Amino acid sequence: MPGSYLPSDYMSVLFLLLFALGFGVAAIALGQLLRLRRPYHEKLVAYESGNEPTELPRFRFSVKFYLIAILFAVFDVECIFLYPWAIVYDKLGLFAFAEMLIFIFLLLAGYVYAWGKGALTWER
Amino acid sequence: MVIEILLTILLIVVVFSVIMLHVAYATYFERKVIGHMQVRMGPMRVGPHGLLQPIADGIKLFFKEDVFPETADKPTFYAAPIICLVAALTSIAVIPFWEGMAISDINIGLLFILAMSSLAGWGVVLAGWASNSKYAFLGGLRASAQIISYEIAMGLSIVGVMMMAGSLNMSEIVKAQAQSPFGIYAIPQVLGFFVFLVAMLAETNRTPFDMPECESELVAGYCTEYAGFRFALFFLGEYVGMIVMASVGTICFLGGWTGPFEVPFFPIIWFMLKVYFLIFFFYWVRATLPRYRYDQIMALGWKVLIPLALGNVILTGIMKTFVWH
Repeated sequence: MPGSYLPSDYMSVLFLLLFALGFGVAAIALGQLLRLRRPYHEKLVAYESGNEPTELPRFRFSVKFYLIAILFAVFDVECIFLYPWAIVYDKLGLFAFAEMLIFIFLLLAGYVYAWGKGALTWER
Repeated sequence: MVIEILLTILLIVVVFSVIMLHVAYATYFERKVIGHMQVRMGPMRVGPHGLLQPIADGIKLFFKEDVFPETADKPTFYAAPIICLVAALTSIAVIPFWEGMAISDINIGLLFILAMSSLAGWGVVLAGWASNSKYAFLGGLRASAQIISYEIAMGLSIVGVMMMAGSLNMSEIVKAQAQSPFGIYAIPQVLGFFVFLVAMLAETNRTPFDMPECESELVAGYCTEYAGFRFALFFLGEYVGMIVMASVGTICFLGGWTGPFEVPFFPIIWFMLKVYFLIFFFYWVRATLPRYRYDQIMALGWKVLIPLALGNVILTGIMKTFVWH
């Protein structure tokens, strides 16, 4: 029946989420009443082996991390495309298999290209 | 309707308490296992054989001072540990402990757990960024790259299971598994199981992949600036994450609640034993292997596990179409 779907199964997921949220917030908030508080500057300074922090902590980092993020976006999306195919595999038979071989072949072509370009190698 | 909601809440409270107790004693179990593997006793002082140690630890953490660094980004710093814990705990909702016994048996259970496990990674990344400390920043950065790399391997490793079960619903995966000729998918999906086990360690930031918090170079990584109960929330999140990952491994590869024979009045026993075994596996690996170097972690994830997982998908396709037909 289209239009009559009620996601009632997700109600208990929402309850659990709220419960977990409540637990986290309450544990911190309630403890606040019982905890000792004695803040002073040296204690509140960002940790750097006991020295005064030098420079900004959010420094420039290797461009590799960006590259990994982009590759992740590509591969994860392709991985998600495999899911619906995997679910209905039994119903589609040989057609699905051939279709998927082509898809995985395209994926592998990109993968081999990225590997060849050195995108997957960390040290340089 | 009202009664249904009340029953759901009661169920949630019970499951939540049981999980929390498991988390507490998972830490005790970890210290005992690693202790005995290193030929020492582990915790022995608090209570008989140190049995009350987790409770003492919990009380201590609860009363610890809540240090809030001056330079930290306030809202993000507050939110990060809670995101970690909530994401890990919410995944519990879709896990069937025995037949028909799950808080919510939604039809995309497996997808939901994958989504939640990447959300838990967010907590780690935000914590590293919000702390405004170099160690925490590096820890968060490493965590983000590592978690997204191994997420692909993990996502691909369970495609084989989906192909064999034809469903994303956790209970149906178990049922399809029980009806399959092998009984458990760990046998036909041995490659997928291996990739899953490695990715499971990396996703939960456990040794040998604990780069985000490796104490010998980053102090405590992303949680360097966290103290007291905020730190404890990260800890809880990590251990709940371990339990969730062990449960997913049990459901997808080890046959869930099914066992060699039925146990009356205690249907959860097989599920529990399998989860305990996988949790023991986490500790076993921790006691056995040294930490990987960062470039080795990335190389393993991208150059070994992803091709293996893709190969497993193709292999499963060939077997399903031509051999097991």
